[in-house]
Amino acid sequence: MKIDLNTLTLKKAHGALVNKEITARELAEAVLKRAEEKNGEINAYLEIYDDVLAQADLAQKMIDGGKAAELTGIPFAIKDNILIKGRKATAASEILLGYVAPYDATVIKKLKEAGVVFVGRANMDEFAMGGSTENSAYGVTKNPHDITRVSGGSSGGSAAALAMGGALAALGSDTGGSVRQPASFCGVVGLKPTYGSVSRYGLIAMGSSLDQIGSFGKTVEDAEIIFRAISGYDKMDSTSLSEAMIPKNQKEPKVIGVPRDFLSDGLDEEVKDNFEASLEVLRDLGYVIRDVFLPNIKYSLSVYYIIMFAEASTNLARFDGIRYGFSEEGGDTITSYMKTRGEGFGKEARRRIMLGTYVLSSGYYDAYYNKAGALRSLIIKDFENAFREVDAIVTPTSPVPAFKIGERSGDPLAMYLADIFTVPVNLAGVPAMSVPSGKNKDGLPLGLQIIAPLLGEETLFSIGKSFETVSKN
Amino acid sequence: MKREDIEKLASLSRLELKDEEKDGFLKDFDSILGYVSEIDGVVAELPEKEAGKLRNVMRADGPEHESGVFSDDLLKNAPTVQDGFIKVKQVFE
Repeated sequence: MKIDLNTLTLKKAHGALVNKEITARELAEAVLKRAEEKNGEINAYLEIYDDVLAQADLAQKMIDGGKAAELTGIPFAIKDNILIKGRKATAASEILLGYVAPYDATVIKKLKEAGVVFVGRANMDEFAMGGSTENSAYGVTKNPHDITRVSGGSSGGSAAALAMGGALAALGSDTGGSVRQPASFCGVVGLKPTYGSVSRYGLIAMGSSLDQIGSFGKTVEDAEIIFRAISGYDKMDSTSLSEAMIPKNQKEPKVIGVPRDFLSDGLDEEVKDNFEASLEVLRDLGYVIRDVFLPNIKYSLSVYYIIMFAEASTNLARFDGIRYGFSEEGGDTITSYMKTRGEGFGKEARRRIMLGTYVLSSGYYDAYYNKAGALRSLIIKDFENAFREVDAIVTPTSPVPAFKIGERSGDPLAMYLADIFTVPVNLAGVPAMSVPSGKNKDGLPLGLQIIAPLLGEETLFSIGKSFETVSKN
Repeated sequence: MKREDIEKLASLSRLELKDEEKDGFLKDFDSILGYVSEIDGVVAELPEKEAGKLRNVMRADGPEHESGVFSDDLLKNAPTVQDGFIKVKQVFE
């Protein structure tokens, strides 16, 4: 069988592997060849592993022994903030230079049991802070559709690795849109599951009340297959949800809400037209489209950034040059901390650590952090109320298509504002998915974001599958 | 915010800043805090905690694994180690 990496879905690859039309090694060789050809230009991978073929041979043994799972032999890109035992993990930061993971993240343990092949670790914004991978200490990941543009972020390397054919599947993490936005920029599907549905044990934390590991696939079905393989209760993550909480026999979604008043500001004209066209597609598919009003959603960006700054500054306090990673000698203890952290963290990480320290400091705590917490609960209520009227909510994934490298990097606030449609989802903990919705006139991919109630992943897959069948034609 | 505030914050955050970076951070912080201050006038109270929503997750306070099984792997990542311990600087004079 000829391997076409641009169209090979997980189901097709699995079928070809178990029917012996291809071997796991042939598949791995094809992916490796593409990854190595493209990576010099795209910079999706910070490291391509040297044992990829050996991993493929192990997968082949599972297949030959009749023990193949759906993901056996599937080549994966893994974001550089998810730990694989014995391999480097840096979160694209200099402060973790030389760090070698002492254990497997739970998602990695599950993928290893399934017999996947890890191709390499994917580039990202440092500590997942950003929407373009321009904050990586190891250079930007370029967009495979236009190398003058960003791949999105923070999981830009994962999305680009998949889009360039350098993997068949990828994992990322999503704190405020970091899986969905790069998926949208790179023309692939990106899923941010319900908070607590996928274990975060072994994920380098940024904003702990927001972070969630998510999957990238070429199709909705691919993203779904990966989600099923990595989700489930884990005692190693105290926010992990019990599987018993997942509602059985979820009804087929019929009514889709559009938060019109929220969509007006700063929306690119072509993105707007594309979104209207997507609504038309959904209408033609038989869905009822209705306006929904979420009165407090307009505060989402402010609330999100305050909470994320606070949590990030807390989480990043552990990087002190004593237990792991980069260390800079400064004479006494405090000076060593200051030098290690001052040199080891990039600009955006330092910016967020200081802002987090600010909003948590006595005198500002009530005005910022507590107020943000109170507004967050109102936003959660808004979603609960909206989901009494509709089965899902849709928005564009990003207000703009992939922007030029350097276009926004000088203005952090402009970069933050591009997260407008994705951050409310993380505040509410609900699941959401970006599905390709066509291209603009420059050939840049655009994405439709579908949002469902807590644990409503089935709703996302159902709408996403019917939508992608039509929107592809 | 003033330049001294940036220096104070950097010190609280245990970050050494280069002098030439301080004005840039000052400008960024003014625009970012200016934006998020939109929530200033909004009336919102922290809600009463509803039962069954957020809960503490505990585990038994006993050994989860045999002592020492992870020590070597963990110590490999530490910059300075001595006799199976992470070596730190003197804290007290």
